[in-house]
Amino acid sequence: MPEHLLSPGHTACAGCAQSLAARLVLDAAGPNTIIVNNTGCLEVFSTAYPDTAWEVPFIHSLFENAAAVASGVEAALRQNGKLSETRVISQAGDGGTADIGLQALSGMWERGHDILSICYDNEAYMNTGIQRSGLTPTYTSTSTSPASKSSTGNPRPKKNVVEIAVAHGIPYVATASAGFPLDLQKKVKKAMAIRGPKFLHVHVPCPLGWRHEPDQTYQIARLAVETGLFPMIEFENGKISGRYLIAKLKPVEDYLKPQGRFRHLFKPGAEAALKEIQEIANRNIERYGLVKTAT
Amino acid sequence: MKDFIEGSEAVARAVCLCKPGVISAYPITPQTHIVEGLAQMVADGRLKCQFVNVESEHSAASVVLGAVAAGERVFTASSSQGLILMSEVIFNIAGMRMPVVLACVNRSLSAPINIWNDLQDSMALRDSGWVQLYAENNQEALDLTIQAYRLAEDSRALVPVMVCLDGYVLSHGLEVVDIPEEDKVAQFLPPFNPAEKLDTANPKSFGLLAGPDYYLEIRHDLHQAVKDTLKLIPEITADFKRIFGRDSGGLVESYRLEDAEMAIVSAGSVCGTIKDTVDNLRAEGKKVGLLRIITYRPFPEELILQALAKVPMVAILDKAISLGATGPIYADLKAAFQGKPGKKISGYIAGLGGRDITPDTIKEIFQQLAGPEVSNQFIGLKSSF
Repeated sequence: MPEHLLSPGHTACAGCAQSLAARLVLDAAGPNTIIVNNTGCLEVFSTAYPDTAWEVPFIHSLFENAAAVASGVEAALRQNGKLSETRVISQAGDGGTADIGLQALSGMWERGHDILSICYDNEAYMNTGIQRSGLTPTYTSTSTSPASKSSTGNPRPKKNVVEIAVAHGIPYVATASAGFPLDLQKKVKKAMAIRGPKFLHVHVPCPLGWRHEPDQTYQIARLAVETGLFPMIEFENGKISGRYLIAKLKPVEDYLKPQGRFRHLFKPGAEAALKEIQEIANRNIERYGLVKTAT
Repeated sequence: MKDFIEGSEAVARAVCLCKPGVISAYPITPQTHIVEGLAQMVADGRLKCQFVNVESEHSAASVVLGAVAAGERVFTASSSQGLILMSEVIFNIAGMRMPVVLACVNRSLSAPINIWNDLQDSMALRDSGWVQLYAENNQEALDLTIQAYRLAEDSRALVPVMVCLDGYVLSHGLEVVDIPEEDKVAQFLPPFNPAEKLDTANPKSFGLLAGPDYYLEIRHDLHQAVKDTLKLIPEITADFKRIFGRDSGGLVESYRLEDAEMAIVSAGSVCGTIKDTVDNLRAEGKKVGLLRIITYRPFPEELILQALAKVPMVAILDKAISLGATGPIYADLKAAFQGKPGKKISGYIAGLGGRDITPDTIKEIFQQLAGPEVSNQFIGLKSSF
């Protein structure tokens, strides 16, 4: 067996957290896994003909239909009696999950297929050149929501796709981060042991799109969690069942400042926008109980 | 066994006899009777199959793509807007060489919204890399469906096949249909056992990115595979005749063309009306005939050239149009005959959105064919409405 089921030698950028997370996920899932992938960076950098980085069966069809293709794969495995020994993962980026792929994904969850769907969330359409998606955070500068004289960047809040998943009544929903590899793998293993639809939302910094140094990926990923901007939480059967408790809460500036996509927030006049982002973090902390309160 | 059934049921019975492992579909008129019939067969336990009710046609096509890639025989069906919503996946299925069989119950395209029959939906997908077969009647709809699996899954082909049948005219019209016995279908159609599939014991990657260094060759391969079915289809129909005892399907059908001075070229159920009209006109001493296109993609150019070689005047009756240009079959015929002078080739558009094509419509086309050559003449157009 190869050392990793997602082989090195693919063409992901230096510091790409999506490639790191995908490797961690697949190594945790094991070789009896079939990967169904939406169009996006992950597919492009791993499967340029005639090469492939995948040591497990892999299929890519279109941008928005991985969840439906995976449903077909699962139905076929159910039909030929191989579902007990084979696991199916359907994976996509943030756009492929929460925007263009949401309908197919919702259908897959609703139908109850035995599939783990994974969102590698790098918070914009990176494969096409850093355009805003429904998971782009408030006041992010992207190529279609550029910060400029009349704009503070993306004016809308990040869509709560995690709670959309929970609302489908599926047995397991969790978030994870490339900055917490062991936690990510633990959640993959937990999800794989549950039959039915599972959703794992993984936060993956993108040095190119977020404009930070490639060697900062890990720290940036951790800061998103430690500021409360990316809550690490678990839901089982509709109820919150796990949370990463932030030991030492950090101000959002610590997370935002190293990233070029938020540079405009540190110019004079952007104080209100910064305050709003801190309020988003505060609301997350309160909503999900991310900080241990003295009792 | 003979039964008096509608075209939808003929297709559903054919699919059941072919024993797919996964069926997925989304409701759209007038296709719904096919999948309702199949859902009932699954519910009754007559068909052991995963029936996946999806949230859109885009997903229906995607589900069967995934299932066939994982090694199961599959079926889906659609019409009109549903087929067009699927179109992204339709192209992708062909590019990935997935042997999907789809029944298209032909219906017009919106706007204006209209649920009645013409061929604009499937014709819009003629460039997708699918084999397209057009049924004239319910018996042929059943036979073509069984043949479609044999063709699609042939390791020399591995191309998807769309069986087209006219909405309402066939899908909801009752005819006597000979339903084949299960053992004969099993004799004709071997089990689906693809050489390449999603298999953890032998991991392969499907749906790769191909840059300018490879794309041209891969698309050429697909083009060649679709074209090569022109050789496989006669082989399959001959085998079909051997096992089931009837001629059915094929590339084209020549009807009373032997000494014809005028011929209409068309596809689908309208050919029944044309045959009747040809018989009546022949009885009046008029030398007219029909060339029916059964296989529209790949385009059986050589056979068409041969069949029409001695016919001086050819009318194409298209139930679809490339808006701003001509009917699709007309354009193909005209291209096939380019450089071959001395033949009049006129294009007529009729029957859009379910407007009846009657024997009088056919007679009018023959009359107009005697007049000036035209390329996109609408028949039966009201001057005001």
